Amino acid sequence: MNKIILGLYFAMLPCISMAEISKGLEIMQEVKQRNSGWSDVTADLEMVLTNNNGNEHRRKLAMKILEIKNDGDKSLSVFNNPRDIKGTAFLSFTHALDADEQWLYLPALKRVKRISSSNKSGPFLGSEIAFEDLSSFELEKYKYTYLRDELLDGLDCFVIENAPQYEFSGYTRTIVWVDKVRYIPIKIDYYDRKNTLLKTQTFNDYQQFLGQYWRAGIMTMKNHVTGKSTQLLLHNYKFRNGLTARQFDKNSLKRSR
Amino acid sequence: MRVCRLKLCIFHTLFLFLGFIYSSITNAWEISGYVGLESLAFIEKPLYKEQHQHYISGVIEAELYHEWDNGTQSFAFVPYFRGSQHDSQRTHFDVRELTWLKAADTWELRLGIRKVFWGVTESNHLVDVINQRDTVENSDGEDKLGQPMINFAFIQDWGTVDLFILPWFRERTFAGEEGRLRPEPAVSGDLSEYDKSGYQRQVAYAIRWAHSMGDWDMGLSHFYGTSRDPIFLLKGAESGAVNLIPYYQNINQTGLDIQATLDSLLLKWEATIRVSESETAFATTAGFEYTFFNIMSSGIDIGLLSEYLYDSRGSTAATLMQNDFFVGARLALNDIQDSQLLAGVMVDRFSGAQFYNIEASRRFFDSFKFEVEARFFNGAIQTAPAYFLRQDSHFRMELSYHF
Repeated sequence: MNKIILGLYFAMLPCISMAEISKGLEIMQEVKQRNSGWSDVTADLEMVLTNNNGNEHRRKLAMKILEIKNDGDKSLSVFNNPRDIKGTAFLSFTHALDADEQWLYLPALKRVKRISSSNKSGPFLGSEIAFEDLSSFELEKYKYTYLRDELLDGLDCFVIENAPQYEFSGYTRTIVWVDKVRYIPIKIDYYDRKNTLLKTQTFNDYQQFLGQYWRAGIMTMKNHVTGKSTQLLLHNYKFRNGLTARQFDKNSLKRSR
Repeated sequence: MRVCRLKLCIFHTLFLFLGFIYSSITNAWEISGYVGLESLAFIEKPLYKEQHQHYISGVIEAELYHEWDNGTQSFAFVPYFRGSQHDSQRTHFDVRELTWLKAADTWELRLGIRKVFWGVTESNHLVDVINQRDTVENSDGEDKLGQPMINFAFIQDWGTVDLFILPWFRERTFAGEEGRLRPEPAVSGDLSEYDKSGYQRQVAYAIRWAHSMGDWDMGLSHFYGTSRDPIFLLKGAESGAVNLIPYYQNINQTGLDIQATLDSLLLKWEATIRVSESETAFATTAGFEYTFFNIMSSGIDIGLLSEYLYDSRGSTAATLMQNDFFVGARLALNDIQDSQLLAGVMVDRFSGAQFYNIEASRRFFDSFKFEVEARFFNGAIQTAPAYFLRQDSHFRMELSYHF
């Protein structure tokens, strides 16, 4: 009898996890769906890098992103601060599972360099944010498992585990808390290759644009291993500026500011 | 009374004008740049009595930038000045950029003085022929003089075609009598000779097609006009002295550059065919760069580079690189200070002569940058051009403030 129950239990396991997987995917599909159709956006970013002693370093950059249907987005970032890298610009064509295409513009040499996009897990501008944390969210990039519902800071959330399917990720999994009402991330825990909790990202000061799209004004990334943290402050969000692929080519990279 | 009113009027106008300049500079004009202090220290005693062991210099480069018309038009002015102790030829002013730009959907037009970079390899820049090199600025050959040009870029799905008219030839800069890193006698830049005159000497033309397809970035270019690379003639003067004179030839040069980006591996290839009155020469640089990213989750990247350099002109070429191997390593800490190190060695395949190059840089206090470069020359044989540099191994340090 016990054996039969045990057998049934094991037989049911995959069914339960199948349900959790499909629920996880459905929730993330809704996240993606609600955040589609914004066309393009520009914003100013300020990064505040804080080390263990509380010393702060600031970085400033301007960013524009072009939404690409059925593929990863195109983005162009121009650094303004620190001043020795002023004018350095970064062009990225992201893809769901294929390697991203990336170019760097070095203003002192007027040189455009095609660079490897294998550096997913490395730090962006010496911060606690990895390159992969900034890349555009595409459904194919992860396998999803719905874990539970949970109340976070008074918000009713879905808790979902994401397992990266793309190459060179620094994470085994991330756990995301998704607001049940607005379908936006509130918090993400990142687990490193050894499956220990590496970083926690929190999203604050959400604002709604065009009556639909929610964007965080403050994102904080706390590294639990080093104790360092990085705060991203986002200002001047502007949607639907009429940007086209032409503003995201190597010619535009060379004259970007 | 009338004079008084006129004065008042002038004063008023001046005041308004200054006000306008002030407001436009603070509102729409951007100023940035750097000032630096450099120490150039040679390890060995100089070969020639006019030369020195140590040189101090100061540098300033500023950029004044303005854009309007929703960013589709812009103006940039970049003056540059280095003042050097001892070597008067190294004290020089240059307009690196003075350009008006107009960008439209399918084209871009640039008028004025600019720098242009073509190519993909690291140890040598074969296809990069638009600008004259500023060789007194740094012996690494990465610095360039501003080149006046009309540049029209035609932008299509199948790539970008750039057309250039380059209406003024600029002569290369050379170290003076008191400078190091020079042959004996020092190059007499003021006695330069040409195989063409008039328009043919002054005006050059160039066309380049560049495109990206998936993992591949490629460019095909052609240049017609006076070569930026002179050959050198030894000529006796009436006084009995011997002069080393740059001789600039008219050339047709076709260049090809290709890079394949395969995950962490970059494959790079440049090749040129260059036809002058005296010869047809083939040159190529080919190699790879492989990077180990974020080693042990430390954030540190280590890149390994290797390139082979060939020039059919052999040792008669006015280049130090005719049949050489380059190997190097790049270290990036990716820390807040952006600490970087590049170390490499170029080895001549036949003579075994070596040229070592180490460059390191680090930012501090957010606005300052410190750079150290070490260059060592070893084992050049007597007949090689590099023989002149046998006692010129040196350290270069520069501290700069960026605004």
